Amino acid sequence: MYSKRNWLIFIVLLTMLAGVCVFSLFAGAVRVPFTQMLQSGIIRLRLARIILAIVAGIGLSVAGVIFQALLRNPLAEPYVLGVSSGAGLGAALAIILGASVLSTWTLPAMAFAGAIGTILLVYTLARRAGGVVPVHTLLLSGVIVSAVFGSILMFIVSVCPSENLHNVVWWLLGSLQIFDWALLRIVSIVVVCGLAITLLFARDLNVMTLGEEPAAHLGLNVEQTKKLFFVVASLMTGATVAACGLIGFVGLIVPHSVRLVIGPDHRRLVPASALTGAIFLVLTDSFARTVIAPVEMPIGVVTAFLGGPFFLFLLRRRKHSYWS
Amino acid sequence: MLSIENISAGYGDGLVLQNVSMEVKAGQFVGLIGPNGSGKTTLLRVITGVLAPRAGWVMLQGKKLKEIGRRKMAKTMACLSQDLSLDLSFTVREVTLMGRTPHLPKMAKETRRDFEIAEHAMELADVSNLADRLITEISGGERQRALIAMCLAQQPKVLLLDEPTSHLDVAHQLSALDLIRELNRKTSMTVVAVFHDLNLAAEYCDKLLVLDQGRVEAFGLPEEVLTSDTILKVYGAKVLTEQNPVSNKPHIILTAGMNIGRRQVKSAGRLP
Repeated sequence: MYSKRNWLIFIVLLTMLAGVCVFSLFAGAVRVPFTQMLQSGIIRLRLARIILAIVAGIGLSVAGVIFQALLRNPLAEPYVLGVSSGAGLGAALAIILGASVLSTWTLPAMAFAGAIGTILLVYTLARRAGGVVPVHTLLLSGVIVSAVFGSILMFIVSVCPSENLHNVVWWLLGSLQIFDWALLRIVSIVVVCGLAITLLFARDLNVMTLGEEPAAHLGLNVEQTKKLFFVVASLMTGATVAACGLIGFVGLIVPHSVRLVIGPDHRRLVPASALTGAIFLVLTDSFARTVIAPVEMPIGVVTAFLGGPFFLFLLRRRKHSYWS
Repeated sequence: MLSIENISAGYGDGLVLQNVSMEVKAGQFVGLIGPNGSGKTTLLRVITGVLAPRAGWVMLQGKKLKEIGRRKMAKTMACLSQDLSLDLSFTVREVTLMGRTPHLPKMAKETRRDFEIAEHAMELADVSNLADRLITEISGGERQRALIAMCLAQQPKVLLLDEPTSHLDVAHQLSALDLIRELNRKTSMTVVAVFHDLNLAAEYCDKLLVLDQGRVEAFGLPEEVLTSDTILKVYGAKVLTEQNPVSNKPHIILTAGMNIGRRQVKSAGRLP
């Protein structure tokens, strides 16, 4: 039923991605002719930034798709599970402990460690005897851990010396500025591998949406599938957060918007969400860089500001209830 | 086909099932009945291997369940559980195709044959005309039939059902159960179903297992099992039993006012 529309949608999405990449390459605080761009190395910086936007868009959207399928909850996204506050805490600690003195590497590394550490903590807290992890307990543990870490984070921000405050706040709002080329490489590898695994096992995600016991009745090894996707989604989120701070909302609105258009089959939903997430972040980043140039707007502000109304538009256009 | 031997099972410290045994022959339609909390659903969960028993074992086609493995088991046994969530707008055909999961190699796509089997399953469950409709947009009765189609796409020899007619009106109850019994008779698919409604259980089942507080109270033909004495003992309700003039199966007659003052006999909770 979908097969013909499928190809069309993917061709349109790929074309759009190429289009926004070209647009983003030439959009900037300063207008530079192409030849001069090549000479000055600006093109290298802008390309790297576009790559990071694509990678982050894929990472956040696909992680959102995975968490929504595993937890069968429309509100689930990387951030609900506490990754955001965990990573934020790591970053804030890095800044307090004087990361700028050590190296530019310390902040993203601590953010990454915070994200992964939080996921492990939430998972351990939700774990019951016999190794079973009930979904609702997991979601609740995530929310609670997130709240506790959030309060510690606020405490740190409130006592933070003013010369560091700008760094902390900027990072909390998300930014696609490249910290380190090696980091960009690692993050890209993690996200691409995660995407590949998710695409390979996308059919299992469909079965998981029926519930854990029904999935087991269909012969799926539920705990193993859950663990695999949980690790994949956490790694993708952790990597993205480490590279560009907290860009909220992408993991929530991209999967939902795509699902409204293309349906819930994960074999279409995962690739379409990855492409849409990439388009969305490249676009919002060029917007953030240019709209009040030469000052750069935090990208997290733009994603919510543009994404929110668009998602509401899609949601209200729908006649019957969506995800009842 | 399916034998349950001395099963004890439970959650946490308590035991919900104690020493439950039952033998189901190929092609039989067996009903599980008993009051709320008597362990019907727990027994079903043990049979599907979702809950590991503390003691005893389940044998499927002469093999211990533990030794069969999840995928292989799902090729032989399908289960329509009550807490299946269908919040996402899959089409009926997509849901039916999910029944092919145990037959598909990991990461593989459905083949033409899987599509044919799914179409056939939808035909059997009488949902072919709904194939492209969204599962979220059809009625409760149609959804139940679509889920039966999914189970049939598994090509099971044993079909387990947890209260297949709850939330359905009387017409849909009868059409769902007629469909299941027809499959049971025609394809000699073994059926084990949890029933809430005793009259439906008596009408459709070859044998009934009565559970009371996790123990087997009776296991036999409906007419042997469904006596007013057993119902009074197990459910704590005073009823009359008659014979259904058409099917000659036992029929329970509920009469108002017969149970005043009886709640203390077997009350699950106190009245406010």
